[in-house]
Amino acid sequence: MISLRGINRSFGDHQVLHDVSFDVVPGRMTGFVGANGSGKTTTMRIVLGVLAPHSGTVEVDGEPITGGYRSRIGYMPEERGLYPKMSVIDQLVYLGELHGLTAADARRRGTDLLERLGLAERAGDHVEALSLGNQQRAQIAAALVHDPVALILDEPFSGLDPMAVETTLGVLRDVADAGAPVLFSSHQLDVVERLCDDLVIIADGRVRASGGREEIRARHSSPEWTLVTAGDTGWVRGVPGVDVIEFDGGHVRFAASSPELADRVLREAVERGSVISFGPYHRPLTEIFAEVVR
Amino acid sequence: MSTLQQPTRTQPAATDHARVSFSRAVTIVAKREIMVRLRSKAFVISTIIFLAAILASVVLATQAGSLFSSTTSVAATADAAATVAQLPDVEVTEVASAEEVRELVADGTVAAGVVGSPTEGFTVIGDRTAPEGIIQALSVTPQVELLDPDAPNPMLTYFIGLGFGLVFFMSAMTYGSTIAQSVVEEKQTRIVEILLAAIPARALLAGKVIGNSLLAFAQIALVALIVVGTGAATGDTVLLDGLGIPVLWFVALFTVGFVMIAALYAATASLVSRVEDLGSATSPIMMLVMIPYFLVIFFNNNPTVLAVMSYVPFSAPVAVPMRIFIGTSAWWESLLSLAVLVLAMVLAIRVAALIYERSLLRTGARVKLGDVLRSGS
Repeated sequence: MISLRGINRSFGDHQVLHDVSFDVVPGRMTGFVGANGSGKTTTMRIVLGVLAPHSGTVEVDGEPITGGYRSRIGYMPEERGLYPKMSVIDQLVYLGELHGLTAADARRRGTDLLERLGLAERAGDHVEALSLGNQQRAQIAAALVHDPVALILDEPFSGLDPMAVETTLGVLRDVADAGAPVLFSSHQLDVVERLCDDLVIIADGRVRASGGREEIRARHSSPEWTLVTAGDTGWVRGVPGVDVIEFDGGHVRFAASSPELADRVLREAVERGSVISFGPYHRPLTEIFAEVVR
Repeated sequence: MSTLQQPTRTQPAATDHARVSFSRAVTIVAKREIMVRLRSKAFVISTIIFLAAILASVVLATQAGSLFSSTTSVAATADAAATVAQLPDVEVTEVASAEEVRELVADGTVAAGVVGSPTEGFTVIGDRTAPEGIIQALSVTPQVELLDPDAPNPMLTYFIGLGFGLVFFMSAMTYGSTIAQSVVEEKQTRIVEILLAAIPARALLAGKVIGNSLLAFAQIALVALIVVGTGAATGDTVLLDGLGIPVLWFVALFTVGFVMIAALYAATASLVSRVEDLGSATSPIMMLVMIPYFLVIFFNNNPTVLAVMSYVPFSAPVAVPMRIFIGTSAWWESLLSLAVLVLAMVLAIRVAALIYERSLLRTGARVKLGDVLRSGS
């Protein structure tokens, strides 16, 4: 587990991180969400040791992080970087070697990765000759070539076409499933919502919420249900203890003080006619995010 | 904090290999620098052209003696013709009268005219300028006693100075800007962040400087080989005896001086984030490299200026071999110059590493040097 404890960092007079603390749990994908300039990149750079914190520590399983561990993290910076005039496979070998692999191992792993990412036939091409989507795939391969023990990815999905998003997701999932902590930042909240297990929400350099995705969702939503019936659902307004939030003909979203009360609404709906669907309402992350960072 | 779900798996059995060692990181970086250069067509072609130019000028220099001499056509009256004909490199046209001599000189058929006789004295006739060669040949010259008959002639000294200056200047410029480009490329594409997550900035800097220096040394060694080889092939004693030692000193001093310049180029380049800004950022270093080149052209035969230059780190690689060639320095002076240069190199590398480390991750506007040196990491 990678833990950040009370990280502070300033650039000049501007303090960009205030007492940032959160955990990245092995085997889980942790989404790191925040507006531009909220401190995501600075935080990631500090975990990688590329930047030093002014106070606070980064720990791995309770011990201060070591250079050896850091060099085994797979990192993808926000602004993509590979050598434009070097072939894809050569860069992977180079980066693999710098991370401690032998040239032969790096070549083998690089070739495997390109295969999995669907980039095998472009392995010998210069990066500058690749399409943007393929450059992204090469970038992901670069982050994975040394068989990382953890992944830190800054906006891994920005600029990816839907196909590439799926491929990338699959690869990242595999790494997490193998037991590595995975931290990725994103401003595409729908992707984060679908993908991450844990969530860290940061605003103005302060962590506003962190923990399991559902835990955060539960904390920031009152229990609500949605009901869709064949007939009109206007009668729900009349049920005592029930607050109708959204109503449109056969569709209604309501808050109820207890699950039993919601059950009673369902029972009545079944008596009145055919029920198409009934279930708890999941508040989308965008709403929670807007509320948390306010 | 997630307390709801506990991870079901533990971390992969980390075959906890430590961070790559410093020297290994430097080797990997240096290897890449060299490979990238060797695979670049532009690099290979420009190197071949450079070496060909050196070869051509060395061959020309050995033939210079015969190149500069030519015969002068002279018109002379009958009395003068016998004497003039004995002068070296002169082609005599004998005419009947002094008037005819003047006509020939005036219409440009001959370069000069001579009238008179050995007993009455000669008159040399020129069109617009006095024909110095003929005047000298006909004058009574005092005896000349040369104390150092083997001293190199000034023309040759000039060309050799030019040669050292040019080779140093060209190599430092070419490889210096190559390093600068390579630094900015990494900064501009942000791959530097990935690199710094794996290896220390100093290893990256060292790898770049060493890789490019090795290429520069290889090129200088080829140049030295061409000069000495041509000397051996043509049996030219000036090249062999006179230049052998200076060339060796040049190679030694160049090695140290180049590492210093390369480190400075890398540091300066790390201040900017875009290749477009590179020119203005590195121009102060370019000046430092260019000034000794011009000084050696103007003062290649001035022992005082050369002596001063030999203790200034940027000009020492050019000045020291010149002094040895002319023979105006004591043996220990060259060693002292080398020591000064080595000291300057060590200092330059330290400052460069500091600047490089602190400015690599600063992107956007050009970083001010003062800010970098003041700020902590």
